Parts: sequence; structure tokens; C-alpha cells
Amino acid sequence: MAKVLVVTSGKGGVGKTTTTAALGAALAQGGASVAVVDFDVGLRNLDLVMGAERRVVYDLINVVNGDAKLNQALIRDKRLDTLHLLPASQTRDKDALTDEGVAKVMDELREKFDWVICDSPAGIERGATLAMRHADLAVVVTNPEVSSVRDSDRIIGLLDSKTLKAERGEKMEKHLILSRYDPARADRGDMLKIDDVLEILSIPLLAIVPESLEVLRASNVGCPVTMNNPLSAPARAYIDAARRLKGETVAMSVPSDKKSLINKLFTRRAA
Amino acid sequence: MTSPSHRSIQLRGRAFRALVLAPESPLSEWLAGLDAALGRSRTLFDGRPVILDVAALALPKPDLYRLMAEIYARGIRILGIEGANPLHADVDLPPFLVGGRPTTNIEVPEIAPPGPVSLMIEGSVRSGQSVVHPTGDVTVMGSVSSGAEILAGGSIHVYGALRGRAIAGAARNPRARIYCRKFEPELLGIDRLVRTAEDIGPSFRGQSAQIWLDAGAIRIASLD
Repeated sequence: MAKVLVVTSGKGGVGKTTTTAALGAALAQGGASVAVVDFDVGLRNLDLVMGAERRVVYDLINVVNGDAKLNQALIRDKRLDTLHLLPASQTRDKDALTDEGVAKVMDELREKFDWVICDSPAGIERGATLAMRHADLAVVVTNPEVSSVRDSDRIIGLLDSKTLKAERGEKMEKHLILSRYDPARADRGDMLKIDDVLEILSIPLLAIVPESLEVLRASNVGCPVTMNNPLSAPARAYIDAARRLKGETVAMSVPSDKKSLINKLFTRRAA
Repeated sequence: MTSPSHRSIQLRGRAFRALVLAPESPLSEWLAGLDAALGRSRTLFDGRPVILDVAALALPKPDLYRLMAEIYARGIRILGIEGANPLHADVDLPPFLVGGRPTTNIEVPEIAPPGPVSLMIEGSVRSGQSVVHPTGDVTVMGSVSSGAEILAGGSIHVYGALRGRAIAGAARNPRARIYCRKFEPELLGIDRLVRTAEDIGPSFRGQSAQIWLDAGAIRIASLD
């Protein structure tokens, strides 16, 4: 049975799209069939980060409206054939998403894939609520700063009230990815500490992704960071996160790029 | 030996409207109906004279005792029995009455049992959520996040951190209080008095605290 995961945050620019692409690729690298779905209608980015922007013909809105079949809109990744992208439309806006249309697409995706990862738009409006509506579990991406934490808190409240799972009275599974974390700045007190964020949000921690140039580098070349440089610190954080999502127990750490190459190789072997 | 003075006692009359319970057979069904009426209105018979009319039943004496026991078990006290065989009268039965005059029937009033006056929230109240409970206390087992608000007619108890807004005693109740495990509120209010975080200052930050109203001023004290 497929698992539908929503990557959400409330605030923009915290790393939802990076996380969607990296987790999708990491799960697909592990052998699962994965679809990543861009819900950011009108401001699509996931196609760029996945390096599929020049192959988009049909998009989510076309499938929702019945203008195209799901298979026509899905783009298979060139590097990893278990990874698929359902892009958003750039020319429309979120009002083009209908409840019934989205429900139908999600049902179809559930039948086809092991994992369906929905990249939520920022905000708490229609796009964000529809992206989370059909999810079985949520990954909340938060930066260690107060506005991001408060927005994430708001999103957690919506996950617990506006999703189908919550409306059925079931418990919505939620995980936290703390992204753009800089241990040095946190130690100096320029940044919220991990414990402070966890205490405020009180949901389980899935990964700590350190601030890294590798993320920018990967999105510039249009490749999920877990594929572009699997040994980089953010890639290792996301690969561990994917393993935790599959139910494996992996010790939590803040990966760092400062280790020597030999050290990194050993870390990978041990993992 | 002195002769007692025979002062004539005065017998005064007083009229109450009595409720009449008139059981019908089969008794089990009638008793079920009585239970249903009691369920709708628990205090139906409280403080009222209740007459048991058994004219329709022609009960043997042991059955009359059994019926009395059933009614007694439901907390109903019988003032007198009407329509029974006069030979069955006994000291442990209510007096047998004659000459009652029927009046209009009394409708069973619908009195809903009072709802819970305090509201219990098992988890946390997240940013953007608003809990409004004007009829009583609010207890939150988790935290109240920054950007969340609680408005209670009574007191507010927060067993986690209070980081949002808490307004207690919103139903003009100056005796309401706010209690929290960790004091980091954005705004506090009791009755119609309000203090923002800036007014409060940092002195109790992070401690467990209670907030109450003293002579028209908001007071804060540590609970530790």
C-alpha cells in the first residue's frame, strides 16, 4: 500500500522543494517506486530542482481537469527510473485545483507507487491545505529561527484538523526536518537550538540538515542533492531521513562536511 | 392531680398539587417508561407530593409491596396510595387516601443534565488555533504556542508552556486565575484587564507561575 507524504512548512524558502526532491530520490535509490508531486501551482520549482523543466508537457492541473491521463503527465527521471515527477502548472493558480480532481489523482498515484511525496506550497491557503489533505504522514520542514518555527506550529495545527486522516479521527503522523542548521551559529546563540525547536513543536525529529553550499550547487544543476553528491552532509542527512521513514533505526547526528574524505567513506560503509 | 386544660388544637388546611403515578400492566413496561421520564428529568419528583394510584391494577398485597419497593428504589417517596383494597392497609405502607379530585396532567419537563463546565485539551494548542470556552475552566495538558489563544469564562490551567495568549474570567469573573508550568505568554487577561508581554517584563520568564487579579491589578507569582 502506497504511503502519501506531504512536505510542508508554512513559511517559504525553508527547503520544502529541496527536501521533496532529496527524499524522493533517496527513497527511489533504495528501490522503491516514488512519485514527487508539485502542488505549487503557479510558482512551480520542483521541475527545476529535479532537472526536468524541459520535458514538461502536461501537468497536475491537466490531470485534475481530465485533459490528460496521469501517465501522460508523469515524467520519469533520466538518472533513476523508479523516480517520477508530476509537475505543477506555471500558468494557472491554486484555484484551478478542485477537491474531487485532486482526490482522484491521489487515488491513482496511490495505486501506482510505493511513495507519493507532495511538495506543498508555502502559506496556509488552498494549495497548502489540498497538498496535505490526502497525506498519511507529514514532514514539516523548519529552519532554526522563530518565524519559521511559529509558522510550522500553525501548519501542525492544520495537519491535526484539516486532513482527511484527522477528520476521520485518526492520528496524523508528523516528522520534523530541521534544515539550514549551522551548529557554530547555534552555539553562538545566533540561531535557535535544536532542543528549543523540538520543545516548541513537540513532534519527532526526522533529520537535521546542515546549511551547505551543496544544496545550492545541486539545485543549480537540477539534480536532487542525494543524487548529485551522496557523500555531502545534506545528502547524508536526507538519506538517513529516508531510512527512518522506511522504519529503520538510524542514530541521529548532525552530518558535517568538514570530515576528511577517508572518514566520509567509512561513514558511508557503516551506514 | 390537675385536670388537663383541653385546648382545642387548630387543624389548618393546605392544598398541594400532587403528582399521581398510575401504574398500568404490564408493570415492567410501565417501570421502563418511568425510568425514561426520570432520565429526561432527574429532579421531576423532588420535593413534590407523589400519590400512587393502583386502581387500575387490583394488586394482591405482596405485589403492592413489590411495586412500592421498585418505586422506592428509584428515589421516589410516596405520600399516599389511592384505589387500593382498604383491607391491605398496613403500618409500613403509606396511608390509603380517598376523595382525590383529578386536575390537569403535568408534562414531564425536559431538563438536560448539565454539561461539563470545564474543557479539557489533551494535546497542545498550536499557533493560529483559538479555544473559546465562555462557560468554565480550560485545562491544556500540552503547551499553548506563540500565536495561539485561550479564552475561558473561568480559570486557565496550562501544564506545558504558555507562549500564546490566555484570557481568563472572560465572563466577568475577576476571581478566575491562570496557571502555567512555563511562563512565556504573549498576552494575559483576567476579567477585562489585559497585559502584553512587554508590560509583564522578563522577571518570571520560564518559571511556573500563577496570575490573578488583586484589587483591580494583575498579579503574577512564581509557583516554585
